[in-house]
Amino acid sequence: MALGDILIEVTGVAKHFGEGPTRVDALREVDLTVRAGEVIALLGPSGSGKTTLLNVIGCILAPSAGRVVLDGEPVFDGKWLRRDLRRLRLDKIGFIFQAHNLLPFLTAEENVAVVLDLAGWPPDKGRARARELLEYLEVGHRAPAKPALLSGGEAQRVAIARALANRPRIILADEPTAALDSKRAGLVMDLLRKLATEQEACIVTVTHDEKIFDRFDRLIHLRDGRLADA
Amino acid sequence: MNLALKDIRHGLFRFVLTCFGLGLLMTVVLAMIGIYNGLVADALAIVKAPAADVWVVEAGTQGPFAEASSIPPDTRDAVARMPGVAAAGAITYQTLEASHAGRTLRVYAIGYELGRPGGPEQIAEGRGIATSHFELVADRKTGLLVGDTLRLGRDRYSVVGLVEDATNTGGDPAVYVTLADALSIQTKLDPAAARVQAARGAEPVKRPTVAAVIARMEPGADVGLLVATVRQWKHLGALTEAEQEELLLVSVVDKARRQIGLFLGILLTVSAVVIALIIYTMTMEKLKQIATLKLIGAPDRTIIGLIVQQALILGGSGWAIGLALILTVKDNFPRRVELEPFNAIVLAGIVFAVCLASSGLGVRAAMKVDPATALGG
Repeated sequence: MALGDILIEVTGVAKHFGEGPTRVDALREVDLTVRAGEVIALLGPSGSGKTTLLNVIGCILAPSAGRVVLDGEPVFDGKWLRRDLRRLRLDKIGFIFQAHNLLPFLTAEENVAVVLDLAGWPPDKGRARARELLEYLEVGHRAPAKPALLSGGEAQRVAIARALANRPRIILADEPTAALDSKRAGLVMDLLRKLATEQEACIVTVTHDEKIFDRFDRLIHLRDGRLADA
Repeated sequence: MNLALKDIRHGLFRFVLTCFGLGLLMTVVLAMIGIYNGLVADALAIVKAPAADVWVVEAGTQGPFAEASSIPPDTRDAVARMPGVAAAGAITYQTLEASHAGRTLRVYAIGYELGRPGGPEQIAEGRGIATSHFELVADRKTGLLVGDTLRLGRDRYSVVGLVEDATNTGGDPAVYVTLADALSIQTKLDPAAARVQAARGAEPVKRPTVAAVIARMEPGADVGLLVATVRQWKHLGALTEAEQEELLLVSVVDKARRQIGLFLGILLTVSAVVIALIIYTMTMEKLKQIATLKLIGAPDRTIIGLIVQQALILGGSGWAIGLALILTVKDNFPRRVELEPFNAIVLAGIVFAVCLASSGLGVRAAMKVDPATALGG
């Protein structure tokens, strides 16, 4: 597979919590580069720094040191270089959660369209894009249903549609297959790979699910806040 | 996409129930305001009813409403002869209990001289008193109908007319009778008491007195001069219409006003706390959703809008339900409930301010939510 532009470039990133005897180093001198079309997994035991790294790439958590460049734009270099981090996330990053985290008061279609609404799309175009994505993910028939009425697999596909709605080039997934059986998990990962290729996006996944390890281009192991191997 | 309305629609039954609860609280607040207004209106109505310019009362008293006043009936002749006086009439007030339709009826009996100031100004049904004795005009709140009879003192009276909104400061409905009848009710003893009086060598009837003499001035006449002249007589006092109203508001209504005002303050505080708690709870239940919204890029104004709009819809609905309820039931209150559009508008303003302030707690909690909490299980 031909790899494209560098979408994530993390250089010398460190993150510690607390000071003195209570100091915990969650990340130490982490360097990571992810290119368009790549699907990678962050692996490691609990407390190894996987989620912290995901939060740093997602601009949710400020590193203590280092540099982060997303889609060619430097966003952190000792400090945040942009004030509107939420807008940055809206434009560049899509999130897929372990528990899908759909808004319970919106229908499946509205859950997807809300991202486009926040991004300033006209309502009719936003709805059309949401329907298009749901159809593509084979849950178009569930568009008017509220999340409580969706099966686990349907809800996760709606969540993927939401993550992709604004055509982000970086998709961060936190245990996206944890709530799915092995067959569904495989299907979801195949779908993500297909989308990554088609949209020239990269996908960074935190997972413990060994059944899907063969779906990734790279497995990145973290131990005590350091990259063990890549 | 209006997230606030979508969320409300999602839990509509619960939201409507909450609005209804708040509406009941608003009903009580509006009822208290209405009762206070009614209290003032009742108090002033009884003073304003005779359309008097000057009240001549017993010296050293602030009668006849704030204090008891007792003056000879012929005082009216002396007042009527004063320069600038167009008309004068003696008037009595007494609270009586009578039996009607198997229940005890408490009335405020007003005795006035036919053809002179002091009688009912507007008859809502029937006619005014036309004969010297045994006719009365009653306020509708007595429950009496034209043609009914009512025993007052030792005599039976026919109801010939009805008036509206004539009550004393205690809320007792008024009945108008002639001065002669009023004095008779006041002085006539029952036979046994009369015999005892006679045996003691005393007069068999009490000496009649009136509560006040009211005077209407000619156009352009000097009210102050009449008041000053009457006060010089030493045995009489005089109050202008404005002084009488002020006196009534200060001495009679003031305590009730403070009582109701305090109660109103407590109610509004309780309402504010309830609104704040409801909005805070509603926000706390949505913290994970708010974290998700933050994570997917929703700006603060979207999240603040979600909370504040729901708070305002809650407050507005509660206010509207409260207003609708009080307007529906206000005539069933034993006391007059008088609501002005101004009161409803002021309460709407207070509710608006309370909702905004209360949503501050929820907004504060929402702003503290870390978007990272949306990640993970």
